[in-house]
Amino acid sequence: MMETLVAKKETVEKQTQTINGSQAVLEAFVAEGVDTIFGYPGGAIMPIYDALYDYHDKLKHILVRHEQGGIHAGQGYARASGRVGVVFGTSGPGATNLVTGLADAMIDSTPLVCITGQVFAHLLGTDAFQEIDVINITTPVTKWNYQVTDATEIPAVLAKAFYIARTGRPGPVLIDITKNAQLQQFEYEGYTPCTHIRSYRPKPIVRKEFVAEAAELINKAEKPFVIFGQGVILGKAEKEFKAFIEKAGIPAAWTVMGLSALETDHPLNVGMLGMHGNYGPNVLTNDCDVLIAIGMRFDDRVTGRLDKYAKQAKVIHLDIDPSEIDKNVKTTVGVWGDCKETLPLLTKLVEAKQHSAWVQRFHDHMAEEVKEVIHAELNPSGEILTMGEVIRNLNELTEGNAIIVTDVGQHQMVACRYAKFNKTKSNITSGGLGTMGFGLPAAIGAKFGAPDREVITIIGDGGFQMTLQELGTIMQNEIDVKILILNNQFLGMVRQWQQLFMDKRYSFVDIASPDYVTLAKAYRIEGQSVSKREDLHNALSTMLRHKGSYLLEVMVGKENNVFPMVPQGCSVSEIRLK
Amino acid sequence: MNKQEFTITVYTENHIGLLVRIATMFSRRKINIESLNTSPSEEEGIHRFTIVINEFEEVVRKLARQIEKQVEVLKAYYNTNDEIVWQELALYKVSTDEIAEKVQVERLLREHGARAVVIRKDYTVFETSGHREETDKLVAVLAPYGLIEFVRSARVAIIKASHGFHEKLREFEEATPGEEQVENEFLNKQDSVFTM
Repeated sequence: MMETLVAKKETVEKQTQTINGSQAVLEAFVAEGVDTIFGYPGGAIMPIYDALYDYHDKLKHILVRHEQGGIHAGQGYARASGRVGVVFGTSGPGATNLVTGLADAMIDSTPLVCITGQVFAHLLGTDAFQEIDVINITTPVTKWNYQVTDATEIPAVLAKAFYIARTGRPGPVLIDITKNAQLQQFEYEGYTPCTHIRSYRPKPIVRKEFVAEAAELINKAEKPFVIFGQGVILGKAEKEFKAFIEKAGIPAAWTVMGLSALETDHPLNVGMLGMHGNYGPNVLTNDCDVLIAIGMRFDDRVTGRLDKYAKQAKVIHLDIDPSEIDKNVKTTVGVWGDCKETLPLLTKLVEAKQHSAWVQRFHDHMAEEVKEVIHAELNPSGEILTMGEVIRNLNELTEGNAIIVTDVGQHQMVACRYAKFNKTKSNITSGGLGTMGFGLPAAIGAKFGAPDREVITIIGDGGFQMTLQELGTIMQNEIDVKILILNNQFLGMVRQWQQLFMDKRYSFVDIASPDYVTLAKAYRIEGQSVSKREDLHNALSTMLRHKGSYLLEVMVGKENNVFPMVPQGCSVSEIRLK
Repeated sequence: MNKQEFTITVYTENHIGLLVRIATMFSRRKINIESLNTSPSEEEGIHRFTIVINEFEEVVRKLARQIEKQVEVLKAYYNTNDEIVWQELALYKVSTDEIAEKVQVERLLREHGARAVVIRKDYTVFETSGHREETDKLVAVLAPYGLIEFVRSARVAIIKASHGFHEKLREFEEATPGEEQVENEFLNKQDSVFTM
């Protein structure tokens, strides 16, 4: 019955059909090309789930074990696919459980449309069962949110939701639908996608004079340095980005969120910025003469102490969000626009150059970092396994073709530093919010977003214990996700800070683990635990060759630290190698 | 640069929940809103917020952009007091007996441009409008005679240099902006106070 609805819209005379609000939601999904929903039912969203029963051939629904798992899965889906992630939750606790994921998606600019059920409109404000003021709770953590109390609004509101979520600087949208609106029958005229909202300008017209000014600065520069973030990936501008740096011959460093926008082995890729980034990119930020920031937002973890950040440099900032320009770092030239558009304009105007001596300085710094830090991390001489050597072994097996989903903490920084990437959208991590527990559910979503790719989630023993209930989701849906736990028996990053800055007063960072292999087995997931070097490579290989999900626990050094490190409150020049 | 009074004028859609969305922009930075007024604007269906805060200009500029970024906000401007014409309305309730007995009260009111809104046997309500110092002055003057109640409205302000929102709205309503439309005009005058 329902498949004809979209087609009907296109006929000249508008034929209507009586459907209810719930069906209208699902029709919107079908029209927007949604294929997977992550969700959890409950009283106030039951009419939508009832309608979903008839859509099982068009919309896959993955029943998660907790709404937080659902929204992180939606995020993983969006990040791996470049499409909008869709999440269902019920009212009250269902909705509040989404908040962490919304905040995470907001700060990391991930496009999501979340639908929450709400109590009947006549009960709003009466402290009804499972009633919560979702709109006000989620306002600071959504790009847009809206409460629907009348079913006739649903097609237009959903169209707006998808449009807002994916355009401009993407972000999460939450639509709260009261139960009466879900049940209400109305005359449906079909779905019209939204293409314009007068108060919302996602795609500014590029001001060519500023592009020209930027090009002039770049052409005069002797030591230009590009720093890039997730904007390149969100703008689907990886090719345009590469063409730009290649023509201008400018060394480029990525932020954590920018990882995989350029291949790791590209000759102009000089590594990672920030607190645990590479030595060269941090130190030379304070030496370059023109700093070109592309699709990044000068997070404090990238800049360190702001008043000692790139003070000598002229700063060019390309971003789609005007509120980011001049927010943290004062720019010389701001280029507001979609980098898919601005980069080719800039490339046309810049002179073909090679800054060999300048690029060499990054290599020299890298050589020093290899000597001081990286060699020992990737090829340790002692008996104890390091996180770095696990990643090195993994790289040898994946050759950089896998999607790496990380959680938050030491393992995340080590994975970001050493994992190899050949393809874009291969790094999925909680960057801005630093949400422990993100990894496992995000990996589930990533697998649905990119079903043909290998998805490996690297998680610490702390983060894994925050959302391990999603093993149930993996079991039930037979999701092929490889789970690699790097177990140092500590909340490692906090411990590292306590060691370095708090006189080694280890306050509540000693965390016990269950037997993860047995736990996995309870969920019918195969796995093993290794602690010896001679077993590591084979274990990783077994994991990757295994058909279906697999859990590998690697026991690593308890008190290893992640270096280099820019201590909090210090300038990027003060980066410590040990 | 010191903190000073800024008036932020925000043109928005008239939607439920937008007040909270705008208010959180201030509260998340722990900025106190001195006064807030919402009203219709010169354009039908477009709402106008007038918000007064004491802040550094640098902060106000960032705030204005973050407010303007909200989906249902069309435009956010910020201005110093030199750049606007503004008024606040104040109401004063005093005992009618006091007024009747003490002639100088009436004279004082007249000197302050006050006007009687309601005169009852037991009390009289006066109204004045003006800048805060002016309305405050009358409070001080009336205090000795037993000011029963006092209330002052939020600031409403007109931007001297503004041509209104008519043209801007026509531009926003275009589905595809024309080449001549300048949206990111703040880039032209990064340091100027008016407009972003």
